[in-house]
Amino acid sequence: MEGNKTNSRRGFLNVLLGGTLATFFGMVIYPVIRLMEPPKLPEADISSVAVGKITDLKPDQSKLFKFGRQPGLLIRTSEGEFKAFIATCTHLDCTVQYRSDMKIIWCACHNGQYDLNGLNVAGPPPRPLTPLEVHIKDDAIFVSPKA
Amino acid sequence: MRGLINWLAERYQIDQLLSFAKKKDVPIHKEFVWYYFGGIALFLFIIQVFTGILLLLYYKPGADTAFESVQFIVTKVKYGWLIRSIHSWSANLMVLAAFIHMFSNLFARTYRKPRELTWISGMFLFFLSMGFGFSGYLLPWNELAFFATKVGTDIAGAVPIIGEYMLVFLRGGQDVTGGTLSRFFGFHVAVLPGIFTLFLAAHLAIIQFQGMSTPLHLEGKIKRKMPFFPNFMLRDLVVWIGVLNVVALLAVFFPWELGVKADAFQAAPAGIKPEWYFMFMFQTLKFLPAEVFFIEGELVGIGGFSLAGILVVLLPFIDRKSSRGIKHPLVTILGVLAVLFIIAMTIVGYTIE
Ligand code: HEM
Ligand code: FES
Repeated sequence: MEGNKTNSRRGFLNVLLGGTLATFFGMVIYPVIRLMEPPKLPEADISSVAVGKITDLKPDQSKLFKFGRQPGLLIRTSEGEFKAFIATCTHLDCTVQYRSDMKIIWCACHNGQYDLNGLNVAGPPPRPLTPLEVHIKDDAIFVSPKA
Repeated sequence: MRGLINWLAERYQIDQLLSFAKKKDVPIHKEFVWYYFGGIALFLFIIQVFTGILLLLYYKPGADTAFESVQFIVTKVKYGWLIRSIHSWSANLMVLAAFIHMFSNLFARTYRKPRELTWISGMFLFFLSMGFGFSGYLLPWNELAFFATKVGTDIAGAVPIIGEYMLVFLRGGQDVTGGTLSRFFGFHVAVLPGIFTLFLAAHLAIIQFQGMSTPLHLEGKIKRKMPFFPNFMLRDLVVWIGVLNVVALLAVFFPWELGVKADAFQAAPAGIKPEWYFMFMFQTLKFLPAEVFFIEGELVGIGGFSLAGILVVLLPFIDRKSSRGIKHPLVTILGVLAVLFIIAMTIVGYTIE
């Protein structure tokens, strides 16, 4: 009888102590874990980015520009047409470039290749590049997300 | 000196400390040379701590300052180029020594009972060394490191379920930015050294308690032993002096390059490579087809390497035969295959475009 009583009292105290410790631990660990998760920055909705003048690019030339927090690639094809893409390779995130010698978009990291419509045609990239819309007003070039 | 020792001995139990230090013997046999590699890795870690702290005097994390501060270190600070070069070379040699140390213990089955935890703590030290390398690589904020970090963290992001969380946790956001650099800096100079020191202390303490092991196939054939303290320690010291010379020669004659500052809005240059000790995994991922049995090839690769890593950590509990004094040939065969695979894939990674 007597032993049982002490046992249940001890059990109760153990639960109390364990519960307190667990709560305390949770109180400490929760904010720590939440802190490590970087806050989402409000993504500025990009409607349109000015990328310079038509005369900046001769046919068969290209340039990289800032499209929000991502790099964009603007190409003027040999035919004089303007094309733009998000320049982030769909394989592992490297930044692609236009190769005028091969007439392709090329990723140096693992030799990924895209055609001038952004289609992945060789190497490891699993998906096409994200295309962007090019508008020309007078002689200024604007790039915006594809609707 | 005598006086000081007596003074201490009157107050503290120095003799106990001394007998603890003298407790360990080193078996003498024909494969003796492998005993040095753990000590070499330890010595190189000590070099890393010293040179790392020296670099901290001038290094400034941050996307606008990191590259410039390392440039300042190697061009303006007296002997800065030397210290940075030593930190880089010694980092690579430390990982190499850890590789050799690990495989020599694997082949000798020293992980068998009662040394299971020595093996496991050693494996954690090995993974932490790679973490040191991966985080340190980004710190100079040059082009190669920037894109290698993008690729490396993107691979982590491909892991199912937790991948996205890991990617954001590592990068401190969706992209590799100055925020990533801050995190890596914190891991590199605070988190990893703290955890590493704990595991190192445990690893060394267990070894001191249990003494040095004998390779399984030589058990019962040991005729002579040498006290660790001071005999083997003096030999260790001689080897360390040799290693210091090698590090110094490499650092002076092949100073570590700094490269070009990273620019998120520049195309990736050709020749993006991870550090050599990640190369074999990286190259394997490249060789895997896009799909293996309806699963994305990359996932198969990541899963395979993770599984292999877990199996190696748990090896003492998988290879039960070794505790009964039986050398399972499968461990040797897989071990040799792993070494050959790592070497072959590394070479391929550096030669094939
Ligand atoms: C407490 C220990 C350590 C401290 C305080 C420390 C500190 C630093 C600092 C400040 C840098 C930036 C300067 C620079 O890039 O040259 C750096 C870079 C680096 N660290 Fe460490 N480090 C420590 C340990 C280690 C260890 C154990 C390893 C490797 C196993 C390592 C590998 C590297 C690498 C590869 C770099 C890049 C070197 C470069 O290219 O400049 N570090 N470390
Ligand atoms: S990141 Fe572009 S091909 Fe791999």
